[in-house]
Amino acid sequence: MTDLSQSPTLAPQRSEIEPPIRRVIREFALSKIAVGALALLVLLVLAAVFAPLIAPQNPYDLAQLDIMDGRLPPGSQAMDGSVYLLGTDTQGRDMLSAILYGLRISLGVGVVSALVASMLGATLGLTAAYAGGRVETVIMRLVDLQLSFPVILVAMMILAVLGKGIGNVILALVIVEWATYARAARGAALVESEKEYIEAARCVNIPRHRILFGHLLPNCTAPLIVIATVQIARAISLEATLSFLGLGVPVTEPSLGMLIANGYQFILSGEHWISVFPGLALLITIVAINLVGDQLRDALNPRKGA
Amino acid sequence: MTMWLIRRFLQAGFVILAMTVIVFIGVSVIGDPMEMLVAPDATQKERLEVAAALGLDRPLWQQYFTFLSGLAQGDFGRSFIYGEPALQVILTRLPATLELAFTAIGMSVLVGVPLGLYAGLYPDAKTSKAIMAGSIIGFSLPTFWVGLMLIVIFAVELGWLPASGRGDTVSVLGLQWSFLTLDGWSHLLLPALNLALFKVSLILRLVRAGVREVMPEDYVKFARAKGLTEGRVIFVHVLKNLMIPVVTIIGLEFGSVIAFSVVTETIFSWPGMGKLIIESINLLDRPVIVAYLMIIVLLFVVINLIVDLLYTVLDPRVRIRTGA
Repeated sequence: MTDLSQSPTLAPQRSEIEPPIRRVIREFALSKIAVGALALLVLLVLAAVFAPLIAPQNPYDLAQLDIMDGRLPPGSQAMDGSVYLLGTDTQGRDMLSAILYGLRISLGVGVVSALVASMLGATLGLTAAYAGGRVETVIMRLVDLQLSFPVILVAMMILAVLGKGIGNVILALVIVEWATYARAARGAALVESEKEYIEAARCVNIPRHRILFGHLLPNCTAPLIVIATVQIARAISLEATLSFLGLGVPVTEPSLGMLIANGYQFILSGEHWISVFPGLALLITIVAINLVGDQLRDALNPRKGA
Repeated sequence: MTMWLIRRFLQAGFVILAMTVIVFIGVSVIGDPMEMLVAPDATQKERLEVAAALGLDRPLWQQYFTFLSGLAQGDFGRSFIYGEPALQVILTRLPATLELAFTAIGMSVLVGVPLGLYAGLYPDAKTSKAIMAGSIIGFSLPTFWVGLMLIVIFAVELGWLPASGRGDTVSVLGLQWSFLTLDGWSHLLLPALNLALFKVSLILRLVRAGVREVMPEDYVKFARAKGLTEGRVIFVHVLKNLMIPVVTIIGLEFGSVIAFSVVTETIFSWPGMGKLIIESINLLDRPVIVAYLMIIVLLFVVINLIVDLLYTVLDPRVRIRTGA
């Protein structure tokens, strides 16, 4: 489907003894765009993790806010002489700090939900493939049912019932995402379980859970990693959308989507920086993750046409 | 074929039934209706009275059957906010949403198919690479963010198009439509574009992949060997075979367009079902939420059914397989 790989003809021949990790790194490095995106992503994650240390102010410590500095355009000087690089919102909050703190929440929600969903989905998918029969039918029917409804609708309804909150958002994201992992894991596991080493493991009577998690899972990780990367981007985007609609995170823990929603009412009066900068941060994050995921898919797929 | 149809209908009915159970559990068991309907300082006696009036004191399975028989009669209860039957509140907003959805789908086909065709026929051209890179961006951008940008650019900075509302409407068959007036179109354009962007990326990728797959096939070579013009080969022989996945996707995506119109309608203040459901969720208008959910479920099941049926019409191989 994708076409970001620069030119497949450049791919040097694989030597049989090259360790898989090195091959993946080498193939990943073929695309300069992807390497750049990865560097950017690392930077964003570091900025989010160390936000309290690098942000000019703590945007949620009201003592540090000055209402007189409200809605200043980017580059304005504060009452105390410092500069608001990206302007301020209505409450005089430095947008750069708000974005760094928002990024923390957005990335955190995305990563945690992807981790939980992948574990749940992979377990169910592997079980379905290995057990077969009725178990498989039930699990895969559930997957089909889940995937036939748009994620945003399902997530919206879950939050409508459960109410706002970071925990609820993560739960909603896990519920809408597990099916994708389950399908991928089952697909990969079906291919693997035909192979001789699984048959051998079965013959020597290794317990089922050890075959599943010790033998099957490690050999199905490549597609799962690729999906997880893309799903993190989707989760972040979905969380932002839900928060924008007022169904996601609470006002006290604003993610990027929440920041955008807060600035939305000022867009029409021309004070667009309150929405635009958090939006750009969101956008850069999502695009960077997608670019990395795209290249990762090519790098992790050894069957890719030479 | 008849057996297949019957089985398919039974399946659809089962899915709808399963969803009623889920919706019922969601709104009646997890979300406590008493909490929404009774003032927090109500006495125990008042609580019991309300519970009895709403039938909430009866066992769950009885409540479920009351709920189900209400659904069967199209009775979802009265909206707390509008004081009208919930179904009616939603149906009056349906035309606006359908209008938006169809315009968006029309746009995505008109833009997506030609771009995909071009990118598939000339995969190495610079333009094709630009189209494909653009489609990745179309996939990545969150809908609500694109909507905001459209407003900032076209409504605030350039002032070309209005940012909200439906504009002038014309009444046809008792329903209000925007697409019949120029002002209506100017209001329709931005939200429809917003909604279409993701689908354009999807359709163009699908068409491109299809073209790449079909072009090396023998029947294309044969058509060329027969001396048909390149135009005829592409537009009749290639395009025709691409229609199956494209039609399927358009059908399946119709539901997702309706779902995403929730976002677009909220941003552009488009008075459709999507804006209504967000307002209802925020105001805890339970009958409207339930009615919306059930309508959406029904819509999805019907769409899936139609797509399946169309499949058998478009692809004779499916017919043979199911007939055997």
